[in-house]
Amino acid sequence: MRRYFARKLLVYALTFVAAVTVNWMIPRFMPGDPVAAMVARARVSQPEAAEAMRSYYNDLFGFDEPLWQQYLHFWGALLQGDFGISIFVFPTPVGDVLLDALPYTLGLMIPSVLLSWFAGNWIGALSARRKVLDNTVLPAGYLLTAMPYMWIAVILAWAFGANAGWFPISGGYSLDITPGWSAAFALDALHHWVLPFLSLFLVALGGWAIGMRNMIIYELESDYSSYLSALGAPQRLIRRYAFRNAVLPQVTGLALQLGVLVAGALVTEIVFAYPGLGSLILASIQNQDFFLLQGAFLFIVIGVLIANFLIDIVYVVVDPRTRTGMAGGTS
Amino acid sequence: MSTLPDPAPETAAAPAAPSAPAAKPGSEWLHYAVRNPKLIIGAALVVILLALGIAGPMLLDNDNPNEYVGPQAAAPDGTYWMGTTTFGQDVYAQFVHGLRSTFLVGVVGGAIAAVIAMVVGFLAGYRGGLVDEVLNMLTNIVLVLPALAVLLIINAYMGVRSVAVQGLFIGLTSWPWAARAIRAQTFSLRTREFVDLARLSGSGTWRIVFREIAPNMSSYLFMMFILLFGGSILIASSLDFIGLGPTEGVSLGLMLQSAQQWSALQLGMWWWFIPPGAGITAIVGALYVANVGLDEVFNPKLRES
Repeated sequence: MRRYFARKLLVYALTFVAAVTVNWMIPRFMPGDPVAAMVARARVSQPEAAEAMRSYYNDLFGFDEPLWQQYLHFWGALLQGDFGISIFVFPTPVGDVLLDALPYTLGLMIPSVLLSWFAGNWIGALSARRKVLDNTVLPAGYLLTAMPYMWIAVILAWAFGANAGWFPISGGYSLDITPGWSAAFALDALHHWVLPFLSLFLVALGGWAIGMRNMIIYELESDYSSYLSALGAPQRLIRRYAFRNAVLPQVTGLALQLGVLVAGALVTEIVFAYPGLGSLILASIQNQDFFLLQGAFLFIVIGVLIANFLIDIVYVVVDPRTRTGMAGGTS
Repeated sequence: MSTLPDPAPETAAAPAAPSAPAAKPGSEWLHYAVRNPKLIIGAALVVILLALGIAGPMLLDNDNPNEYVGPQAAAPDGTYWMGTTTFGQDVYAQFVHGLRSTFLVGVVGGAIAAVIAMVVGFLAGYRGGLVDEVLNMLTNIVLVLPALAVLLIINAYMGVRSVAVQGLFIGLTSWPWAARAIRAQTFSLRTREFVDLARLSGSGTWRIVFREIAPNMSSYLFMMFILLFGGSILIASSLDFIGLGPTEGVSLGLMLQSAQQWSALQLGMWWWFIPPGAGITAIVGALYVANVGLDEVFNPKLRES
C-alpha cells in the first residue's frame, strides 16, 4: 500500500511541476511575444495597472536573466503564495480574488458530482438486463451525456427561469442581500443554486448510468455469476456481487472524469453568472487579466490533484486488494 | 461525455481479439452492421449532419455567415428558417457553417489524439520495461492535468486562433485514456503465438505492431477514434463558449457564446440558442449510439439474438 501511495504522489508532484512549467512557458515562448503585447495594450487602457504589470513581469521573467534563473524566480514567487495582482479588480491580489470565488464553485461541484455519481450508479445498476427500464434509461443516458453542459444550463434557465419564473437565472444571490451568515441569505443562495446544480447533475448522471449499466452486464456474464446461478443462488445475491465489482471501475472513472466535470462547472457558472471560478475566468479573458487566468489555472490543477488523492484513498478503502498489495489499483 | 474514459473496454478486451479468426470478418461484420438499428440510426444522423455542413454553406448566396443580412431579432419564418440574431445575422447560415467547423475540429482533434495514443500505447505495451515506465508516467501526468484548463491558458495567449489549431491543441491534450486502453490491449496481444512467430522471423517493432498487432484490434481502434472525435467536439464547444473560440468564422460553440453574451435567453430568442446546442448534442449523441452499435457488430457476445 505504501508503494501504491508513493507512486500516486510522485505522479501528482510531477503533474504539478508540469502545470507550473506550462504556466511559465506559454507566456514566455508563445510566438509574437504576448507579454510585450499585453503590457502595451494595458498601458493604453489602465496606466497604473500597466506599471504593476511591467514590474511584475520583469521580476518574473527578468528578460535579461538566463532562462533557468527566470524559471526559478517563477517558482520562488509561487511558493510564497504570490500569484500576482489582478488587473480586473486592481489592485487586489489574485490569490484573494480566487479564494472569494472558490466556495461557490465547490458548493456547486461537490454536491452535483457526488449525487450524480450515486444516483447514476443506482439507476444504471437497476436498469441493466431489465428490458423495459433499459429501453428508457439507455437513450436518455446517451442524450444527457452528449449534451454540452452550457446548453442544458441554457435550456433549464429558459424553461424554469425565464418562462416559468420559478428560479432566478443569474447570480449566486440577490443583489439586495449582502452575503453573510444569515438564514435569509442562505435561503436566497439556495434558490440561486438549484438550476446550476441541476444542469451539472443531469449531464453527469447520464454518463454514470450508462457506465454502470455496461459494467453490470459485463459482470453478470462473468464466470462467477454463471457459477452462482448454476448453484441456484437468488438473482438478488448475484446482482449484489456484480454491483460490488462494477463499482470499482466507476470509482476510477470518477477520477478520470474530474477534468471534464470541472470544465462543465466552469461553463455552467458562466451561463448563470454564478460568482465562482468560471465567471472569474470569463472576466479575466474579457479583461485580458492574465494573472487572474493563470492563478485560476493553478487553483484548478491543485483542486483536481487533491480530489484525485481523495479518490485514491477511497479506492484503497473499497478495494481490499490494494491494501494487501495484490494489485496496484487501476492507474 | 462521461462514457469516454469508461474503463470497461480495458477489462472487456474481447472485441478486438476474436479468438477464432473467421475466414472473412469483413463480410460477417457487414452482415450484422446492416441489421443493427443503433448503428444505422446513429450513422445516418451523422451523415445527414455532415452533408448539411458540407452542402449547406455552398447553397447559400452569401459566403459570410456573420454578415448582417436580415431584420433584427426576427423569429423563424420562410426566408430565415432559424430566425435572425439581434444584429440581423441569419441563424441558419451560421448553423450550417458552424456544423462544418464542428466536424473539422472533431476530425483534427480526434485524429491527432488517436495518432499520439497509438504511438504511445503500442510502444509502451509492446516494448514494456523502461519504455513502458516512462510512457506510462507521461500518460498519467497528462491524464491528471485538466485538459480544458490547459487549453484555456494556451488559447488565451494566442492572438489569432483558427479551427485547425484549436483541434491540434485539443488533440495534444486528450489522448491519455486512449493510450492506456491501447497499451492494455497490446500487452495482452504481444504474447500470442503469431506475434512470437513474427519476432522469430526477424520483424522489427513497428512492423510487428502494424502488421500483427494493430490489425487484430482495428475495430477497437476505430471505436476509440469515434469517442475521441466526439470528445474533441465537446471540448471545443466549451472553449468557444468561454470566449476562446476561433477568431475568424463561426462554430456552434461560438453561436452559443454570442447568444449568451447578447442575452438571447432574457430576450426569449429561443431560435438563437436552441439550434447550436441541438446540433452539438445530435452529432455527439449519434456518434455514441453508432459506437454502441459498432460494438455489437464487432463483439459477438453483445449481439442481441
